[in-house]
Amino acid sequence: MSVTQTDFRTAILDSDLNVPDGLKDAQGRPAGRRFDVYRNNVAVSLTEALQAGFPVVFKLLGTQNFKAIAGVFLRRNPPSNPMMMHYGAEFPDFLRGFEPLSHLGYLGDVADLELALRRSYHAADCETAGGDVLARIPAAQLETLRIGIAPSVEVLSSPWPIHDIWAFNQVKGAPKPRSEAQDVLVTRHEFDPEPHLLPPGGARFVAALMTGTTLGKAASETTVQVPEFDLSTVLTLLLTGNAITTATI
Amino acid sequence: MFDVTSRFPQLPNAPGVGYKPQHFQNIMGDPGHVTWLEVHAENYMGAGGRPLAQLRLLAERFPVSVHGVGLSIGGEGPLDADHLTRLKHLVDWLNPTVFSEHLAWSSHESAFLNDLLPLPYTNDTLSRVADHIDQLQDTVGRQMMLENPSSYLAFAESTWSEPDFLREVAKRTGCGLLLDVNNVFVSATNLNYDPRSYINDYPLELVGEIHLGGHDEDTDDHGAPLLIDSHGKPVVDPVWALLDHTLSLSGPRPILIEWDNDVPEWPELDAEAERASKALEQVAA
Repeated sequence: MSVTQTDFRTAILDSDLNVPDGLKDAQGRPAGRRFDVYRNNVAVSLTEALQAGFPVVFKLLGTQNFKAIAGVFLRRNPPSNPMMMHYGAEFPDFLRGFEPLSHLGYLGDVADLELALRRSYHAADCETAGGDVLARIPAAQLETLRIGIAPSVEVLSSPWPIHDIWAFNQVKGAPKPRSEAQDVLVTRHEFDPEPHLLPPGGARFVAALMTGTTLGKAASETTVQVPEFDLSTVLTLLLTGNAITTATI
Repeated sequence: MFDVTSRFPQLPNAPGVGYKPQHFQNIMGDPGHVTWLEVHAENYMGAGGRPLAQLRLLAERFPVSVHGVGLSIGGEGPLDADHLTRLKHLVDWLNPTVFSEHLAWSSHESAFLNDLLPLPYTNDTLSRVADHIDQLQDTVGRQMMLENPSSYLAFAESTWSEPDFLREVAKRTGCGLLLDVNNVFVSATNLNYDPRSYINDYPLELVGEIHLGGHDEDTDDHGAPLLIDSHGKPVVDPVWALLDHTLSLSGPRPILIEWDNDVPEWPELDAEAERASKALEQVAA
């Protein structure tokens, strides 16, 4: 009796299935719970990877709920490759679509932020342009300036206070979350990514810069959508966060 | 290219440890009895950031072994070409002192299961494993070492013993072997054979590195002992004794302590390295 890897894999991910025939103990008896070692290794290691990757979601759900939900997710979405550092890219969408969690609408967006922090952590290193890069540009040319953004920079926009929720659960003494939509900028100083609250419209503006839109056009388009857009606060965050790699006239 | 090999052409016959980022300062400050390091390849396949920066600094001071845990050499399907490329990229960049992978599979039909899963030992699986190792060695342009697994069950269809299977794979591919002595102890207990006989049958002349780690104890449906390779505890005395037996036959070898879960403070890991060092002194004496 030959056991295929399809049989093995299917039975690992579904504990209700029988252990494949052809797997034995030393006496030739059916392997029984010996097979559960593999089931357990797979479920536990993937759950731990999700817990490590989504510490705030873990805290918000509590150990028991998180493990149960991770168990459903990992069976539907096992990793597609051995790069465990990126495992869980589908977890935010899964949380948004998981009916029993529909009362926690913010959970998926918080997971998006945690995923962004992880991407930032592993992003390529690069030289940044320095804090005075914009000061060196003649004022008349700022309009047409194109700003290069570091690969470790991420922006998110959510109808939920994701920055505050993240901070309340990760930063000692952080205030209780406000009830508001929030845009977030992730920057990485050397090796540790950090989320910053952006003023309204900030995510749209930075995303425009990332696609090569000039500073002037990105600012004016954002202001059309968000009249109170605060350009100088966003530029200060980009400069102090070492987020700017180049400034090209 | 970084080129560890030009500085450290071979692993010393001395203790090393599996590198954990929480020990970075300890290792750079005073590595104690630890003379070389092993890293899991897949943890260093990101584009940048702290993992690669730390590895760069460590590789200036220590021989580094790159240990793959995700290529699925025992897989029924072809090797993952993207992953093979990632491995080549890492090996080209670092030029590590040695490179190793497992006699196991972990990926099948687009799912990676993050565990080292067993394969039957038959003529068919032998050909497949040998083909995959040929492909891997051709791609990275160097010899690899293949590690024996921990087994919790047996395949009714197997026709080869594990030592014979490994010997034949090495003969066909020219690969070296990484002997995990804890895995031998775990498998021998679980499958009811004598671990010393396994070592006696093993092609020790091909062993370029030895692994040691801790395991958990459980029982199967019939109350028989079921040991689980957990890498979360100290190495137990019977495994140290099996190491002594191995070294008495093989002579000194590089010995790695693996501790991947419930990772202890540095002094406890260093104490395991010290014990490995004493085992090596004994065999040299």
